[in-house]
Amino acid sequence: MSGATKRRWRDVPLAAAMLGPSLVVLIAFVLYPLGRAVWLGQQRCNVQATKCRSVGWGQYTDVLRSNEFQSAVWVTLKFALITVPVGLALGIGLAVLADKHMRHIGFFRTVFSSTVATSVAVASLMWLFLLQPSVGVLANIGWLNDIFPVIKEPGLLNDKGTALSSVAISSIWANLGFTFIVITAGLQSIPRELQESAFVDGAGGWRRFTNVTLPLLGPTLLFTTVVLTSRAFQAYGEIDLLTNGGPVPQQSTTTVTYLIYGSSSIIKNNEGLKAAVAVLLFVILLGLSALQFRGLGKRVHYGS
Amino acid sequence: MASIRLVGVSKHFGDVKAVDNVSLDIADREFMILLGPSGCGKSTLLRTIAGLEDPTGGEVFIGDRMVNEVLPKDRDVAMVFQSYALYPHKSVRANIEFPLKVRGVDKAERADAASQAAEVLGLTPYLDRKPGALSGGQRQRVALARAIVRRPAVFCMDEPLSNLDAKLRAETRAEIVALHHRLEATFVYVTHDQVEAMTMGTRIAVMRDGVIEQVGSPQEVYDRPASVFVAQFIGTPPMNIFPAGAIEPGDHLVGGRPEDTVISDDHATSHDRGVAATVVLVEHLGHEAQVVCAVDDHTRAIVRMNPSDDLPRNGDTVRLNVPEEARHRFDAVSGARID
Amino acid sequence: MALDTTPKGWRSWVRYALLIVMAIIILFPIYTTIVASLKPGNRVLRNPLVPDSFTLDVLGDAWTQGRLGKYLWNSAVVAIIVTMFQLLTSIMSAYAFSFLRFPLKRFFFAIFMATLLVPFEVTLLINRRTVDSLGWLNTYQGLAVPFLATAFGTFLLRQVFMQIPKDLNEAASMDGLGHWGFMREVAVPLVRPTLGALGLFSFLASWNQYLWPTMITTEDDMNTIQSGLRLLRSSDLDKPNLIMAGTIIAAIPILVVLVVFQRQLVRGLTAGAVKG
Repeated sequence: MSGATKRRWRDVPLAAAMLGPSLVVLIAFVLYPLGRAVWLGQQRCNVQATKCRSVGWGQYTDVLRSNEFQSAVWVTLKFALITVPVGLALGIGLAVLADKHMRHIGFFRTVFSSTVATSVAVASLMWLFLLQPSVGVLANIGWLNDIFPVIKEPGLLNDKGTALSSVAISSIWANLGFTFIVITAGLQSIPRELQESAFVDGAGGWRRFTNVTLPLLGPTLLFTTVVLTSRAFQAYGEIDLLTNGGPVPQQSTTTVTYLIYGSSSIIKNNEGLKAAVAVLLFVILLGLSALQFRGLGKRVHYGS
Repeated sequence: MASIRLVGVSKHFGDVKAVDNVSLDIADREFMILLGPSGCGKSTLLRTIAGLEDPTGGEVFIGDRMVNEVLPKDRDVAMVFQSYALYPHKSVRANIEFPLKVRGVDKAERADAASQAAEVLGLTPYLDRKPGALSGGQRQRVALARAIVRRPAVFCMDEPLSNLDAKLRAETRAEIVALHHRLEATFVYVTHDQVEAMTMGTRIAVMRDGVIEQVGSPQEVYDRPASVFVAQFIGTPPMNIFPAGAIEPGDHLVGGRPEDTVISDDHATSHDRGVAATVVLVEHLGHEAQVVCAVDDHTRAIVRMNPSDDLPRNGDTVRLNVPEEARHRFDAVSGARID
Repeated sequence: MALDTTPKGWRSWVRYALLIVMAIIILFPIYTTIVASLKPGNRVLRNPLVPDSFTLDVLGDAWTQGRLGKYLWNSAVVAIIVTMFQLLTSIMSAYAFSFLRFPLKRFFFAIFMATLLVPFEVTLLINRRTVDSLGWLNTYQGLAVPFLATAFGTFLLRQVFMQIPKDLNEAASMDGLGHWGFMREVAVPLVRPTLGALGLFSFLASWNQYLWPTMITTEDDMNTIQSGLRLLRSSDLDKPNLIMAGTIIAAIPILVVLVVFQRQLVRGLTAGAVKG
């Protein structure tokens, strides 16, 4: 027995050396802050956050019941419900459109992939310059303003009806390169023989797409959906740059993430409340990913 | 001096006794075969010698040194794996040189030794290729070259030929035997193939269920198998084992090799002793014919005959017998040989 | 009869038409940005779609006024540090989980995996305080250290390390190679494609960080390109073409990186497929 026991322990110093650096970072900057945030979530702090005192776990339920939080969750949900399905549909459409042997197809693929090179700041500033009501491009095209006066007054980003959709469009555009590349890779990994056997069976183009291509694309689509959803729930930069959570007073683009970190968020000076919202966001995301895997996982066909 | 001595070696994986209290002496420069069916513990025993497994109990000696606590690299042992275990990203030359490089041998000496080893195994034209571009037989030889380049005292080989096709296997068998003569080192060779065991080994240790059933020279093991298991594991086709009382009186089993078993017409010599059987299959192999007979529901016997003889036909009733001097007797319960 | 999916006749014209329309829509924001950045300030609001005048002055102004060079440098330094360290720490921890035997291995692995479920949004709040108390606001350490390890990379590399045959590890130990040696000589070279993908993934993720740099940077000197663009936007809205020029300049380096590492791109993007 001594040999086996010894072997079990022989690698311990080495394992400690190899795991140590990662463990230190992950504990100090992921696990500790998580625990600390949960604790901070039941505290009230002064503006400088130098003094905090516990006000009880009831603060979480208070936050949960507050109009501000509920509105932020609703805004986030709407944002996700626009960006994910539209982004996915556009991604699939473009990928299928460009998945043919045609002349110049390489050029189109490059164009469709191009937005992958834009960071959230770059993409948002490009769209700001399109949508901004005074100096924006759209606002300075006369005939367009005649048809859609909202572009100039109050501006697509400043109207409570169009602000969220406008941010969503910029976000969809920014993610489209990623979605296109991933789905194209998924399409190309589908064995050609399957398409051919469906063809021999007499299936037309559309039937081949719905009966062969789409099911086999399942894992890719699941992955893309998960990524797009988590990006939607964590959207911050585009809101910070395009609308600052506004227009006020409806806060129609204040998502949960913006509620925590936004410079014009109404809780920006309350560390305890911010922590409580952050922890609740964490719980929502956990539930969401569990849901996605249960719901979508069942209908996904994995290749052998 | 690289004799190997195993004293009461055991290796347990949880409740499974892969090797159970095995003692074995392997002489310097011997070619020892560990033979047995899969799962018999032969590979585990080999890995214990190489140091890749720590024994649960017992002691392993290489030379005069107890090596239980010695790391594999310090045992002066080389190992050839069934999968060859070549580094796929390194060239053949780099693979062969690698053990020397790790040991800090200088570049020129390393290159010399590698070219020499490659020369011996006919690998010189392939030195700059990657293992992926070689055939199975060539990879196998690279693995051998990597082992010999270190000039270890002991070579451990774990079914090194099992991934080769039949023709290549026969050729490589001869090469390994030649290598053994040339290197003057101790070989421990694991296989489940009795032809390899018979043709290559100076001695064979037949294993079953973690225990050594018999150790002896190939001829000894063939001529005087220590148990029914050994008798049936070695020899193709395997030895016929007749139920107690069928060939001769007594409550022991009687065995006879197919070439020693005689077949006779049921009527002509009906007074002869022997056992009645029904012919179920006659196989013509060209140089011989094999007659498969059913003695009873559980017992089959195979008789080797000259194809030019008068062969029985399917469904014929015949009598089978084994001449007194060719009989092997085994205990009906334990299966052990009775002399 | 074979399946020929190359469109012919009117079908191909319809497809080309669709492709062109989509390409125009996608390129539109990029086009207007480029046009604006090449126009002098007084003409930018007139005919925004037509490149009727041309100057490189705005790009030059954006470069000097916006201190974009400094921002890009900061971003590059941080992204390179983060990428190198993430590769290093992931290789080591993935190696330990794949090749070493030690007590509580599954427990430690579970801890690593648990960190994958925690979004940045929850931790950054507290990390700001940690970095502040370490005196790391406005430093490279502050920007990089919280991201020096990644459970995701560990998981990804463990997947490929586990595919290395056990025999290879044993052969190396017979040859006298220790674990560090095996890692350097065999394990790492064998998983090079995955390392490339992970490296690109880490680099892009770090480069594109927006929230964190805006949280811990208060001195202009330490802005990354992302937080720098934010600063540019809030200060210079009366000069939109300057912002657009800055945006173009900010996009170019990552474009170059993506062109150079084209082969790793798809794997790098889909590497996240294992990240729930």
